[in-house]
Amino acid sequence: MAEDPDDEAEHHDGHEGVQLGLLGGEGEEHDKGTLYLRFVSHAAPSPSPNSVDEVAAGLREVGYLPGESTALVSFLATKLGKPVLVEGPAGVGKTELAKALAKYLERTLVRLQCYEGLDEAKALYEWNYRKQLLRIQTESGEAGWQDVQDDIFGEEFLLPRPLMTAIASAEPVVLLIDEIDKTDQEFEAMLLELLSDFQISIPELGRIEARTQPVVLLTSNNTRELTEALKRRCLYLWLDYPELEHELQIVRLHSPELDEDVARKLVEIVNQVRDLDLRKPPSIAESIDWARALILLGATEIDAETFKQTMSVIVKHRTDLDTVAARVGVKLEPAADASNAA
Amino acid sequence: MPPTPPDPRGKVYAKIPDRGPGGFDGQLLAFAEELREEGMAVGTSELLDAFAALNEVSWTVQQDFKEALATTLAKSPDDRRTFELVFERFFFRAAEAEAARQEISEAPAGQAGAQGLDVDLDALRRQIAAALQEGSEAAMRDLARLAIAAFGRGEGSGVLGVDVQRIRRALGLRTEPQPDLPPDDPRRDGVPRDQLRRFEQHLRRELERGLIERTSSLPPKRPLTELDRALPTGPIQDLAAVHRVVAQLKRRLATQGHELKGRKRHAHVDVRRTMRASLQTGGVPIELRYRPRRPRRPEIFVLCDVSTSVTSASTFFLSVLHALHDSFRKLRSFVFIERISEVTEVFERERDFRAASEAVSRDAGVADISGYTDYGRVWTEFLALIEDELHPRATVIVLGDARTNGRPPRDDVFAAITARAGRTFWLNPEPRLYWNYGDSVISAYAAHCTAFECWRTDQLEDFVKALTQPVDVRS
Repeated sequence: MAEDPDDEAEHHDGHEGVQLGLLGGEGEEHDKGTLYLRFVSHAAPSPSPNSVDEVAAGLREVGYLPGESTALVSFLATKLGKPVLVEGPAGVGKTELAKALAKYLERTLVRLQCYEGLDEAKALYEWNYRKQLLRIQTESGEAGWQDVQDDIFGEEFLLPRPLMTAIASAEPVVLLIDEIDKTDQEFEAMLLELLSDFQISIPELGRIEARTQPVVLLTSNNTRELTEALKRRCLYLWLDYPELEHELQIVRLHSPELDEDVARKLVEIVNQVRDLDLRKPPSIAESIDWARALILLGATEIDAETFKQTMSVIVKHRTDLDTVAARVGVKLEPAADASNAA
Repeated sequence: MPPTPPDPRGKVYAKIPDRGPGGFDGQLLAFAEELREEGMAVGTSELLDAFAALNEVSWTVQQDFKEALATTLAKSPDDRRTFELVFERFFFRAAEAEAARQEISEAPAGQAGAQGLDVDLDALRRQIAAALQEGSEAAMRDLARLAIAAFGRGEGSGVLGVDVQRIRRALGLRTEPQPDLPPDDPRRDGVPRDQLRRFEQHLRRELERGLIERTSSLPPKRPLTELDRALPTGPIQDLAAVHRVVAQLKRRLATQGHELKGRKRHAHVDVRRTMRASLQTGGVPIELRYRPRRPRRPEIFVLCDVSTSVTSASTFFLSVLHALHDSFRKLRSFVFIERISEVTEVFERERDFRAASEAVSRDAGVADISGYTDYGRVWTEFLALIEDELHPRATVIVLGDARTNGRPPRDDVFAAITARAGRTFWLNPEPRLYWNYGDSVISAYAAHCTAFECWRTDQLEDFVKALTQPVDVRS
């Protein structure tokens, strides 16, 4: 099962690849000038979809089965250049959607994982002050004030963080701002400029504008109400647990070795479990994990015994385990024979 | 546009309005206006987005058209639900109005009536029940039309809801099992509730269509009710939903304090930390350090009614209590019926909700003889218990329906409590409509505290917002 897309295309927080250059207004008054990125395009054109069906097919090809509205919203995002706010319970494939989109559009995925206390220095850019200090020390004496000032606030001393990387990239990227609800409102406000105009203002340098339009996805678990201003700038996509048939397809896609009947039963059970009053209902990812566990065990049937053994894959709380065992486990037939024990 | 020809039959409702200006754009604007009327915040920028989105998708596929509008206009699950309902209503009415304007009508189905139609009524009943079990949308719609033709009796009563229910009864559709039916009848085990509701919606819509066609006039649109609008898991009876909301609430409460931190920096300079920071700059205090603002974590006293008149609500209350326990610095909880009993320890000991509520019902010993709530006695006991501990920074929250069962409310004692506490909130699980009817004396208490209606989860959220809001300390 190594074809999990988690490994590649993650988080390009690197210092490489960003080149900033002043096209105009070099010299004294670059505070007001707009910065453009040196445009070095040598990439093959990434696909730009022309219809909703194309997006749906493309996503399917890279192993993501989009729901009804997912494909349409993705399509609109590429067409309109508006960020998409994806909300829904944990584990319904919000992050996975961004990864799949990046793969399908053949773009790099730039990921910004949000957390409490995330600030500009971690998200946008930071001045590399050690390098600046070194610069000042090597020059002490002969150079004038203005020269040094111009010098140390140049692109050379800028450490780009994910948002900056996404904006400054020469090729269009997919920018994933994950779990935006974990940050505070101030950070959200800071994002507004980026999301509506795709530009960043750096006081010492001026404005940095994107030459290429990134596809931006923001995900949220709805732990707090996001501000109206942010919502207004985004397309909205609500992802929920998929319909039974849809989930069956997803499970089948990720673990084709599993017998169809077993897969169907698995999805039915997961759906039943979700209806219970649990602390953490099983997500799609957990259905897939369970399917894989069943394959490893060589199970040909989900009976009471197998369920008891593998239940912990989909239910992760002690109290939940009791509930599920009492409500779902007893409905299954007892083990027919002992041959399918692990 | 030519005026609509006069109708000899007379108008039941207002005549078909002229099409608004601006063709399709105008229609969309009218749609947005209806969304706003139902309480959604649709801004101009969102409308522009909607138009831009519609440029990119095909208008002939209803699904795409609808999703494109939804993704640009509805920005939360609640809004999405409202959007669905308004979308249905608006475009149905727009299409019917247009049809009436152009005088397109279907085959004279309205006149067919029961006598003109030769169907086996019993077979139809079974067919409909079977379609409901399978849940096929298209079959349901067709059968709804057939059912109207068979049981609709021409003009009907004029009130759609009445007609719908009459037809449903004629079809013998019920959600509860009907064991006296033959075993092969699909209705025997009862019809799934949400399927039945969908079928009723089809009926209503087809009846409305017929009405518009017959009278060539548009009935006034039905505003959405709370019941329509609530998400299917909205009402608090659904314990699982309560837990989800409470869990959400907990997380929100946990973040609330941090939000406040950044809002107003008041000028309490932390001298020690400023001095320490100044060491980096050779003793010059370039960077001032401020004392962090502590979020308001009030001291809370909760009193929860657990009597039978609020049984369904008390589970709700108890789980809220349970959730709140983690979120406040100091929280003391009490349950009461006729007497009052402190249960703080139970909640501190039991992390599991189910165990906690069992322990409360087992050990609290709050029912005396009758099992009816006695507010007067409860206030007196409460005041005696904690008189010395109440102070202006304390918050008292009462959860109860204020139904005294005819006993004296003793609002004077309650007033004494509220006078000592900083803030007092009352959460009433009854809809505001029932307040002060019968033995409810909420108004007597509401004079001394802030009363909240709290029978839906969103109302609970409103309350928590009010609770965690920083307040000006009273003079």
